Amino acid sequence: MTGAQIIIETLIEQGIDTVFGYPGGAVLNIYDELYKASGRIRHFITCHEQGAAHAADGFARSTGKTGVVIATSGPGATNLVTGIATAYLDSSPLVAITGNVGQSLIGKDSFQEVDITGITMPITKHNYIVKDVEKLADIIREAITIASVGRPGPVLIDVPKDIQTAKCEFVPKGKAPPSGAAEISDEAVKSAIELIGQSKKPYIYAGGGVVIADASKELLEFADKIDAPIGLSMMGLSAVPGDHPRNLGMSGMHGRYAASKMLFESDLIVAVGTRFSDRATGCKISFSRGRKILHIDIDPAEIGKNIPAYVSVIGDVKAVLKKLNLQLEKTSRPDWKSEIDAVKYSPENEIPSSGNALPPQYVIESVRSFMKDDEIAVTDVGQHQMWASQFYRLGNPRTFITSGGLGTMGFGMGAAIGACIANGKKRTVLFTGDGSFHMNLNELATAVTNNLPLIIVVMNNSVLGMVRQWQTIFFDRRYSNTTLQRKTDFVRLAEAFGAGGYRAESKEAFDAALRKAFDTDGPVLIEAVIDSDEKVLPMIPPGGTIDDIILRG
Amino acid sequence: MESSRFILSMLVKNESGVLTRISGLFARRAFNIDSLSVGETENHLISRITISARGDDYIREQIVKQLMKLVDVITVELMDLENTVLRELLLVKVRFEKGELTELMQAISVFRAKVIDLTSNTATLELTGQASKVTAFIDFLKPYGITELCRTGITAIGRGEHILNNNLKEKM
Repeated sequence: MTGAQIIIETLIEQGIDTVFGYPGGAVLNIYDELYKASGRIRHFITCHEQGAAHAADGFARSTGKTGVVIATSGPGATNLVTGIATAYLDSSPLVAITGNVGQSLIGKDSFQEVDITGITMPITKHNYIVKDVEKLADIIREAITIASVGRPGPVLIDVPKDIQTAKCEFVPKGKAPPSGAAEISDEAVKSAIELIGQSKKPYIYAGGGVVIADASKELLEFADKIDAPIGLSMMGLSAVPGDHPRNLGMSGMHGRYAASKMLFESDLIVAVGTRFSDRATGCKISFSRGRKILHIDIDPAEIGKNIPAYVSVIGDVKAVLKKLNLQLEKTSRPDWKSEIDAVKYSPENEIPSSGNALPPQYVIESVRSFMKDDEIAVTDVGQHQMWASQFYRLGNPRTFITSGGLGTMGFGMGAAIGACIANGKKRTVLFTGDGSFHMNLNELATAVTNNLPLIIVVMNNSVLGMVRQWQTIFFDRRYSNTTLQRKTDFVRLAEAFGAGGYRAESKEAFDAALRKAFDTDGPVLIEAVIDSDEKVLPMIPPGGTIDDIILRG
Repeated sequence: MESSRFILSMLVKNESGVLTRISGLFARRAFNIDSLSVGETENHLISRITISARGDDYIREQIVKQLMKLVDVITVELMDLENTVLRELLLVKVRFEKGELTELMQAISVFRAKVIDLTSNTATLELTGQASKVTAFIDFLKPYGITELCRTGITAIGRGEHILNNNLKEKM
C-alpha cells in the first residue's frame, strides 16, 4: 500500500468515518485515496482551512469523538493554526493531518513549505513529522489515541509527499482499546472526604472536564450527597441542566451574581474538571482566601497551577466522583441552603432586560423556546457569547459549543457546521455577532452546499460590542476602531450564498423570522438588530472580586 | 517561597525535535534554564538530559508536571542535591606572558585541571568538577586573559543504588 492509502485505511480502522479539510498540492495523493474510499469515509470541504479545523473541533465537542482535519502544506497548514490552538485551550480531541513537500525539498524553503511541526509544538499535545512510511500507520494510531486519552487535545501529523507515495505492507490492527486512566489514590479520596466533612458551606465549581468525562449524573449525585450548590465555568455550562435547582449558573467575570457570590461565601470549593482560568477566578488571592480548595482533575499539572489546592484528587472525574459518592454519607445543610436561596432569589441575581426594541436576552431566550434539549447551540466570541452563556437554558451535555480558553472570534461558523454534521444534520443554532460573523462568513457556502439545518443568529449591534464595553468602562468612551460603519446587507448576503435571510428589529419580527427559520430545512440567517450600547452585566472587572461586581449599567 | 537552583534529570526518547519540545516548554511557560546537557544513553533509543534551573517550589512542581506531559519524556526527576554527584566539564584557553607559566601550572595543579594543549603563549585547559569549582577556576584565570571557553553545563547522577530509570513511565 502507498502511504496515502495507509492514512485512509488507518483512519477507517480506528473508527474515523468523517473528515474535514481542503485539498492542495501536497495532499493530492491523500485526496485521491479519499475519492476511492468515498463509500467508507466522508469528507467535507470548507471554504478555508480554518473553517475545516473549527468544524473538526465542533464535531469533536458535540460528540466526544475525535475530529479529523486534512490540509495541504504551507498556507493550508498555517491556516489550521488558530483552529488547533482553539482545540488545545479547550481540550478538544482533534487530529490534524498536513501534507508537506517531499523530504528532499524540506529545509530548502521550497514552494508551500513550512515547518508546521515547529509552529504547532506549543499548541498540540504532541506532533509528528513522518520520515518512514513503515511507521506511518502506528503514528496515526498513536495520534488518535493521544488526542482522546486523558485530557484530550489536538495532535498534528505532518506527512511529506514522498511518504504518501512510498509503499510498504499494511498490517491492520483493529481499533485501539480505550486505555485505562491512572489509578485514583485512595488516600487522596480519604482526604477529600475528610475535607468535605469539615466544611459547613461547600460549593461545587464544575468545568469542561465534567462534560468531557460524561460525568453529569455523578456530579449531580455528588451535589445531592454533600448538599452543595453548583457554579459552572463557561466550558462546564452544559454539565448540569440550566433549570436544575442546584445550578447557580456561570460564575466568573460575566457570571451570575449568585454563582459568584456563593463562591465567595463558601468555606470549601470543590473544583471538578476545571483549570481556574483568570476569567473565571478574577483576583486569585481573594478567590482562595478564607476557603479551602479541593481540586479534582485528570491533569496533574493543573493542580496548583493557578490556584493552590488544599487537597487534590487526580483522575478521570467520572471515576473520582463515583468513588466519592460511594463513600460519602448524605449530609444536609439547611442553613447553607437558606443562605443560598436568599441570594438566588434576590434582586441582585436578576439580570434586567434593557428596554430596547430587541434586547439580547429576548433573542437568546426566544431561540431557546424553539429548541429541544438535545439540539446544539454554538457561539462565536464576544458579547453575544456571554449573553448566550447567561440566558441560554442548557439541556443536555455537549449541546453548548463555544471557544472558551482561546476566545476565537470566527470559531462559530466552522464549529456549527461540524456539530451539525456530527449529529446527523440535526438542527443547530449559531449565535454570532456582526464582528465574529464577518471573520469567517465564507463558510455559509459550506452550510448551503450541504443543506445543513443551521440557523445563524447574527446579533448586529454595528460595533465590536465587547471591546466597546471595555472602552466605555475603562477607556473613557474612546471608541477606537470598534464602530464598524459597515454596510453589509446580511439578508442579501445570505441569499447570495443560497441561504435564507431575515432581518428583525423588534421582538415580533424576530419571532416571526424564527418561526420561518425553524420551518426551513437548509441554512437560514437572521439578523437581529440590537442597540450598540447593550452591555454584558454583571461584570467583575479583571482581577476583581465579588465586591467589585458591576450589576447595573 | 525561596528561589534557588535545582537540577532535573530526565530520560527522553532519542528522536529529533525532543530538545526543541523541552526548551520550547521552558520558554513558553516562562521558566529559565541555566544550563542543559544532553547525550545518548547506553540504550540508543533513549537520551538523558540534565537541566539546571532556578525557581521556587511552585516553579519546580510545575516544570516537572509539565515535562511529564510531553509524550517524548519518559521520566523526570528533581534531583536530591544531597545525594547526587554533579559534574561539569570546562575547556578554556588562556593567554600568558613569559614568566607566568610556572604560576599558572601551580594553579592548574591545585584545581586538578589538565593541560591539553600548549603553545608558547596559550594554554588550553580541561577541568571537571562541581559548577562552583569551575566558576572559581574561571575567576582565577580571568586576569591572565581568557581567549575562549566552553562549559558543558551540569551533568548529574544519583549516588549508590539510586537509579533514574527505576520509575520509568509506561510510555516505552
